[in-house]
Amino acid sequence: MMISSTDTVVVQGITGRQGSFWTRRMAEYGTRIVAGTSPGRGGQTVDGIPVYDSVAEAAREHPADVSVLFVPPLAARDAALDAIRAGVRKIVFLTEHVPAQDVMEVLAEARDGGVQVLGPNTAGIVVPGQATVGIMPAFAGNVFRPGRVGVVSRSGSLGTLVALNIVGAGLGQSAFLGIGGDPILGTTTLDAVRTLDAHPGTDSVVLVGEIGGAMEEEAAAYISGMRKPVVAFIAGRSAPPGRRMGHAGAIVSGGRGDGESKVRALTEAGATVVDLPSQIAAALSPSGR
Amino acid sequence: MQLLEHQGKRLLAEAGVAIPDGSVAAGPDQAEAIAARLTGRVVVKSQVPAGKRGKAGGVLFADSPAQAGQAARALLGSEVSGYTVSEVLVERAAPIASELYAAFLNDPASKGPLLLFSSAGGGDIEEVSAESPEKIHRVAVDIRTGLPPGRAEAMLTDAGIAEPARREVAAVLDRLYGLYRQIDADLVEVNPLAVTTDGRVVALDSKISIDAGAQARQPALREIVGDRVAADDTPLERSGRDLGMQFIELDGEVGVLANGAGLTMTTLDAINHYGGRPANFLEIGGDAYTKATPALRLVLANPKVRSLLVNFCGAFARTDVMTEGVVQAWEELKPDVPVFFSIHGTGEEEAIALVRERLGMEPYDLMDDAVRAAVEAAGTGTGTANVAASGVAR
Repeated sequence: MMISSTDTVVVQGITGRQGSFWTRRMAEYGTRIVAGTSPGRGGQTVDGIPVYDSVAEAAREHPADVSVLFVPPLAARDAALDAIRAGVRKIVFLTEHVPAQDVMEVLAEARDGGVQVLGPNTAGIVVPGQATVGIMPAFAGNVFRPGRVGVVSRSGSLGTLVALNIVGAGLGQSAFLGIGGDPILGTTTLDAVRTLDAHPGTDSVVLVGEIGGAMEEEAAAYISGMRKPVVAFIAGRSAPPGRRMGHAGAIVSGGRGDGESKVRALTEAGATVVDLPSQIAAALSPSGR
Repeated sequence: MQLLEHQGKRLLAEAGVAIPDGSVAAGPDQAEAIAARLTGRVVVKSQVPAGKRGKAGGVLFADSPAQAGQAARALLGSEVSGYTVSEVLVERAAPIASELYAAFLNDPASKGPLLLFSSAGGGDIEEVSAESPEKIHRVAVDIRTGLPPGRAEAMLTDAGIAEPARREVAAVLDRLYGLYRQIDADLVEVNPLAVTTDGRVVALDSKISIDAGAQARQPALREIVGDRVAADDTPLERSGRDLGMQFIELDGEVGVLANGAGLTMTTLDAINHYGGRPANFLEIGGDAYTKATPALRLVLANPKVRSLLVNFCGAFARTDVMTEGVVQAWEELKPDVPVFFSIHGTGEEEAIALVRERLGMEPYDLMDDAVRAAVEAAGTGTGTANVAASGVAR
């Protein structure tokens, strides 16, 4: 998924505490927010943005390219299906703790409708200087600034640290793609790496992975054929096996999903794997960027 | 949330899948009485939420009620795969003709439910998968339409299952899928699914795990499972769970408070990298970011902690809100350990100002410097370091 300053956005759950807080942050950044939804609150406004009961209703006057979800876990499936049926092309699925079977239903509908989904349990997407959709601190000048490094991260907090290190070294980002911490995701690491590989504004890719699952190994097979340099960091390499580290997906069990297997696969694919986020910028600079 | 075998079997039976006759016993006399009622050969199985119980010595056979009592005596109170056995399941041993494997699970690759089936059941399915992958049959299911009629039978034909067992096994697969959907499972596994010498299809074991995200809409299941505590949970870990946080006690001396799973894992990695050892995993990301005060109390309640590292990188989690919580806890507890801050992202200016004004300390510009300082303080610290001075970085 990629966004630009021309994309129109509908905020689902706009009247909530977080929905309204982040709507203001996104709008201040320049993201084109055209409508919000909140069941039973159609007709109100939030910061001058019209609120509707559903995306379907909002779409009659304010069709949107992108929907962003600030809705509670058990309401997320219906909200996402509403957005898909109303014709959005991209969904930024921020909600955490959504039942996996609900997620699978949303992803099946999205696939059939040609709708891209980022998440769930993602921190969102930032294209510095253009737009931000989600809950990343795009507005912080020491974290994000326009540049040519593309970042893929499962985690929002760690993604922020990595973005901070990139800007601290005098570089900037072409895009930040938060893919989410759940085991079942609309956009996988591989999907995001492919997007950045094809993105003309991106010269190099930083892959921020973590223990659990097999997404980094899957991406490694593609990375071995890439021309753009890739720098990777895998979080959780010191984690004890058998203990879930916060993210539902972050667990090493039965020897699967451990950090060393990911490091090996990425190193063999030609990526530079660093031990700490503070080493990422130095690993990027030999490429002259 | 993993169910115990007997809890899962109760759900299987309610879904129409045959299970062996049997009952749960908490004492040897009870086990003996159950065996007497069942007559004949029985199996006595430890009820712990772990796989491969047979290999771990947690499953015993008995040919008489007295033997069943002895088996229960041996198992109850013993440790199997890290759990203390407090219950055993006593079942009539089935006359097995063949052992199959069947499971439905959430599949990240196909982004939907996946049926896994093998005619080589009974043992370690991971080993079958590694050694003879052709023996594992996979059917991706569209969650919107379910398992189409005839799909299971066609797969069973490919797997070499002949009539009359085929029709009955296919019916069991349909019931397993129905159960998987009904209870929001992320895994329903039966291994072995036995075909008996008299032609019945019986679930001899059950491994069912419920999606943690769906617990709120599965109140009946919460009742079945109850408040089970893993044997290796520490009191601090239980306190964390009561607060709705995941707290993992580790072996080291550097207490950690960070936000977000990714950043917290990275903080532990960095402590290890600089030669220190973390005392805990605890993240206050997501909605928990307002709970910094109780979180910090939890970290500091660990007597092994000799220095504290507070590492915040705010995206959704506002660092000013989290820092306010830390400062409050600090003023209230007045802990006798040095603390080191690294604060970046959403709300960082307000957060840094709070640390300066209320604690008279200076957060570190670079996370690595804060980690190094915390590691050093834990290694040399006597627990009496001057709190105010130790946090000064510049």
